[in-house]
Amino acid sequence: MSSIAITPKENRIKSSFSRKAFVVFNYALLTALAIAFILPVIHVLFSSISDPYWLNTQSGLVLLPHGINFTGYKLVFNNSDLVRGFLNTMIYVTAATVLGLVVTIVSAYVLSRKDMLFVDAIMMLISFTMIFGGGIVPSYIIMQKLGLLNTRWAVILPACISTYNLIIMRTAFQTVPPALEESARLDGAGDLTVIFQVLLPLVKASAATIALYYIIQHWNSWFQASMYLQNRELFPLQLVLREILIVNDSNTAASMSALDAVSDANAYKQLVKYAVIIVSSAPMLVVYPFVMKYFESGVMVGAVKG
Amino acid sequence: MAIARASFTTRQETGKAVKSARPARERKYTKEAIRKDLKRNWKRYLLIVPLILFYVVFAYMPMGGILMAFSDYKPKFGIFGSLIKRFVGLENFTDFFGSFYFWRLMKNTILLNGWSLLISFPLTIILALLINDIGNKYFKKTVQTLSYLPYFISMVVVCGIVVDFCKTTGVLGTLMTMLTGKSQNLLGVASYWRTIYISSDLWQGLGFGTILYIAALSGVDKQQYEAAKIDGAGHWQQLIHVTLPGISQTIIIMLILRVGMLMASSYEKTILMYNSQIYDTADIIASYVYRKGLMDGDYSYSTAVGLFNSVINLVLIMTTNKLSRKYTETSLF
Repeated sequence: MSSIAITPKENRIKSSFSRKAFVVFNYALLTALAIAFILPVIHVLFSSISDPYWLNTQSGLVLLPHGINFTGYKLVFNNSDLVRGFLNTMIYVTAATVLGLVVTIVSAYVLSRKDMLFVDAIMMLISFTMIFGGGIVPSYIIMQKLGLLNTRWAVILPACISTYNLIIMRTAFQTVPPALEESARLDGAGDLTVIFQVLLPLVKASAATIALYYIIQHWNSWFQASMYLQNRELFPLQLVLREILIVNDSNTAASMSALDAVSDANAYKQLVKYAVIIVSSAPMLVVYPFVMKYFESGVMVGAVKG
Repeated sequence: MAIARASFTTRQETGKAVKSARPARERKYTKEAIRKDLKRNWKRYLLIVPLILFYVVFAYMPMGGILMAFSDYKPKFGIFGSLIKRFVGLENFTDFFGSFYFWRLMKNTILLNGWSLLISFPLTIILALLINDIGNKYFKKTVQTLSYLPYFISMVVVCGIVVDFCKTTGVLGTLMTMLTGKSQNLLGVASYWRTIYISSDLWQGLGFGTILYIAALSGVDKQQYEAAKIDGAGHWQQLIHVTLPGISQTIIIMLILRVGMLMASSYEKTILMYNSQIYDTADIIASYVYRKGLMDGDYSYSTAVGLFNSVINLVLIMTTNKLSRKYTETSLF
């Protein structure tokens, strides 16, 4: 074979040595990187169950918990702001995801039909909003004019459709062979029957993907709420977290109400912060390894295909 | 410009995007065709009314609100009323261009996003290549899963962790005290801002950013590697001649997306973490718009500044797309 002629034996041995060296280096580097990715989380986790007085004397990474103590978590679960924030977030996530999902699926089906005259034009106008927008101030004014400021709708409605998800879903519908729809039509099926009973089972992986995207997006979102909501009763979890973790001049309402219960409030401040990080991140961190495959397919469809 | 209609159909088969032919447009919208279409498809059009309403109300009406930029908006006159009664032409724009803030904001916006792009874009690809090179599939899966973890922590919490680490007694604050002898909150030092911002971005997004490239890498034709081996190509040569060309389409599309977002990158994180001590390096156009518009209530002026930002952004994405289509035959739209 030509490879033998081109590559002398010594050369191959040398290259296989450098290859081995590289493989070892690669394993070492990736191990180090993987540790770096989780180290801050481990620090937060172990700190959150440590003795608060000990914790306040620590300035390095906490790599082992010290004097197991769950007071931080007790304070978090007894904090009315956090509990209310969590319940609000549940409402926002559920409402916005369900609404967004139904509209996205139905619309993506229609927009994927090639026999409709205006679909291309509509799709163009929708895609344009991905690269140009009015900006935050005009959006704020519009919400004001619609009377949506300081209502739950202000958090649910403006974010419930994502163009990116619409495109993922549309691409999925486009890949289904038209024969399936045609035969269902011959049996007298209407549009909604076709969408939800005939086609949706075939594109359920994409539907699951965009559902996950919507859930994460709404769970994490804070900016719109901070723009459109003044009433603390309506604050989602992330806004309460922002007060505790970032604004936190020790006398914001949220962080105080958590600490009033304890005599030595200052000592517990740091502990509560760490506990709240763990509690608020746990749902996502526990679930994500099991739904990774949906993200992988979603990223592929979404970014590679448009 | 239909992003969605374009190109990206046959990734699995060839790893290459195929451009769809654009249908001849001239005679598409005849009266007869419209009548027939509406008669046949009106039910389906009815189904997308909610979607259309959504885009009209939450995307196109704010675009109409841009008119505020050319007036001295007063709520009692409304957007159109203000435009007629209090029209100021380009005054808001010239005010901005002439202000002390203009160059500082331009510099900060470009430097933050430019550095971020220069650092994170190649690093993501390199990390994907390194992960792809791992033979042991359990090790590979573990590294992947762990590297995705930070992505699933919310932005507010990530910023909360950064604030905690950077404070004087925090993990990084203490480390810097040992190194420099100065005890200070790192988020109060203007010259550290970009490093902190970009590092936290890398921590959160680097791992997850590799997903796409790893998917693309798995689509590279195995036979090409075999062929290259037979021709005597070493691993390095295989990387240059097989792997990189195999994912070049993906790289270019991601690059267009990134460059297109150069001016529009996440101001949310800036707003969460910055403070008046470090405006010198941290304040970017978008955060300035937020402050001027929503905190100070200077609606018209901030709309003008925001419009300036959006237009630059639009020009950037169109230009990159055009250049890419010209030189590489890959484009988004």
